[in-house]
Amino acid sequence: MSEFAKLDMRSVYTETLIELAKEDERIVIVEADLMKATGTVPFSQAFPDRAFNVGVAEANMAGVAAGLSSVGKIPFAATFTAFAGRKTYDQFFISGNYSYQNVKLVGTDPGVSAAFNGGTHMSFEDGGLMRNIPKLVVFEPSDNVSCRALVKQSAKYQGCTYMRLHRKGGQALYPENETFEFGKGKVLRDGTDVTLVATGFLMVPQALEAAKELEKSGISAAVIDMHTIKPIDRDLIVQYAKKTGAFVTCENHQVVNFLGSAVAEVLAEEHPALLRRIGIQDEFGEVATQEYLMERFGLTSPNIVKAAQEVVARKKGA
Amino acid sequence: MDKQELQTLTEKAKELRKLTLDAIGYLGVGHIGGSLSIIEALTLLYYRHMENIDPKNPDRKDRDQLVLSKGHAGPALYSTLADKGYFPKDWLHTLNQGGTRLPSHCDMVRTPGIDMTAGSLGQGLSTAIGKVLGHRLDGQQSKVYVIIGDGESNEGQVWEAAMCAGHFKLHEIIAFTDNNKMQIDGYTNDIMSIEDLTSKWLAFGWAVQRVDGHDIEALDRAILKAKAETCRPSMIVMDTIKGKGAAFAEGNLGNHNMVFDHATALETIKALG
Repeated sequence: MSEFAKLDMRSVYTETLIELAKEDERIVIVEADLMKATGTVPFSQAFPDRAFNVGVAEANMAGVAAGLSSVGKIPFAATFTAFAGRKTYDQFFISGNYSYQNVKLVGTDPGVSAAFNGGTHMSFEDGGLMRNIPKLVVFEPSDNVSCRALVKQSAKYQGCTYMRLHRKGGQALYPENETFEFGKGKVLRDGTDVTLVATGFLMVPQALEAAKELEKSGISAAVIDMHTIKPIDRDLIVQYAKKTGAFVTCENHQVVNFLGSAVAEVLAEEHPALLRRIGIQDEFGEVATQEYLMERFGLTSPNIVKAAQEVVARKKGA
Repeated sequence: MDKQELQTLTEKAKELRKLTLDAIGYLGVGHIGGSLSIIEALTLLYYRHMENIDPKNPDRKDRDQLVLSKGHAGPALYSTLADKGYFPKDWLHTLNQGGTRLPSHCDMVRTPGIDMTAGSLGQGLSTAIGKVLGHRLDGQQSKVYVIIGDGESNEGQVWEAAMCAGHFKLHEIIAFTDNNKMQIDGYTNDIMSIEDLTSKWLAFGWAVQRVDGHDIEALDRAILKAKAETCRPSMIVMDTIKGKGAAFAEGNLGNHNMVFDHATALETIKALG
């Protein structure tokens, strides 16, 4: 594993912001007493005048970010996903999105990665809330390479974005020079029997692992890293609906309103195909290690394998 | 302020009050109470205090800005902006009609001269903080004025922002509370007491003054004093009358969002002289 791949993803986020900020003085950060957690302390050291900590006040954070945007700054505002969704929603919605501002909201610790912070801090709904906001770009990088590329793209994009950022741990699923584009999913592995559509740091590797297992039982599984949930890559979904006719979605989120729903909507409207959704099934979060919670909520490659086998069997039987 | 200027501003306030009555009356329903209570403040800001504002270039970078956090008073601000020449006065009769550029609540995307969208109460002061922090990075000294409702002050975000502006010592912020003592469901004292506003804002590190919000000279002195602050944001608590100047609205607890016809508006305009 390269040195870059070993970095925590929050460090990738912050180092990318520092790199961007050197080139573009409009880049600023707004934080709500979680700089140590979101990993942005090095940014505040590099650019002390451009880092604003508003204390434990997420609604105010989102409003301050919108105000900074209204005078031409490009604010990145970060907090835990649980608070990004539940505590800043109206402010991000009205002062940010409805006002056509340029606020980059970041939620860290998505889903089960909140682990020891437990159910109060465990967000299985933030992505769905955000997907309901008109025009907003919603994305969740799966590795350090896509994180760096998509943060850069977010800074360049004129308009609000929401990123789900897995902050602890790092990995590289792509070569370091790989390019990414909002709204264009990445085919990590081609296949003909079933398509595994996954998003995020935890679930894309699980899908890749599942594809390898499926190959052993003679099932050819394609794996798509759907880093952008909104706008969803309709063309790619239709292409693989025609090719495989069976789908399993994999997300560290409720299966409603986020990846599973987005894929289901495209399939139903464009090219019906069999679908199983791996993700949280209408439950609240709870406290434990991340590994325990992945098992507890079925966010595992064996579970993906099982779902894939089911849809493939049904497809053959139909 | 000399007598002649006082006279001019008094006349201007009357004109803006008439335009606002006409616009809402023409539609037949609207936020008349909280619009009429801030007319003197808007008059002083747009005809005396705000600097570098240019109706032909509403986005001029070095301008002073106003965040009308109680966004439902949009019609009063639209009258002001139309009178200043930001857009034609005949737009005022399109208020809230399909396709209008003058929606009930202030919208920076749709209306020339609106510096911040507001309407979901409690959000304006936070955005003003962001504006000032951004201005400071650009070495810009512009003032950012904010008008907050008294009922709006029930919102928790107002106090998050109060703490924040005090902490950052944002003397470029001059905020007003439109203390007209009524909110939608009744008197503020009955629904949710917000006093003592002076002590509250002082406690958050603000310079606080309290004046009659319809007394142009007193309000002018307060704004001048606030502009001279060098290390604290300023709050000017304006004691006002909701529906000021409209006999049918003043004292009427239902004047927050009120139905009245154009004939009533025209009679009231006539009575104003």
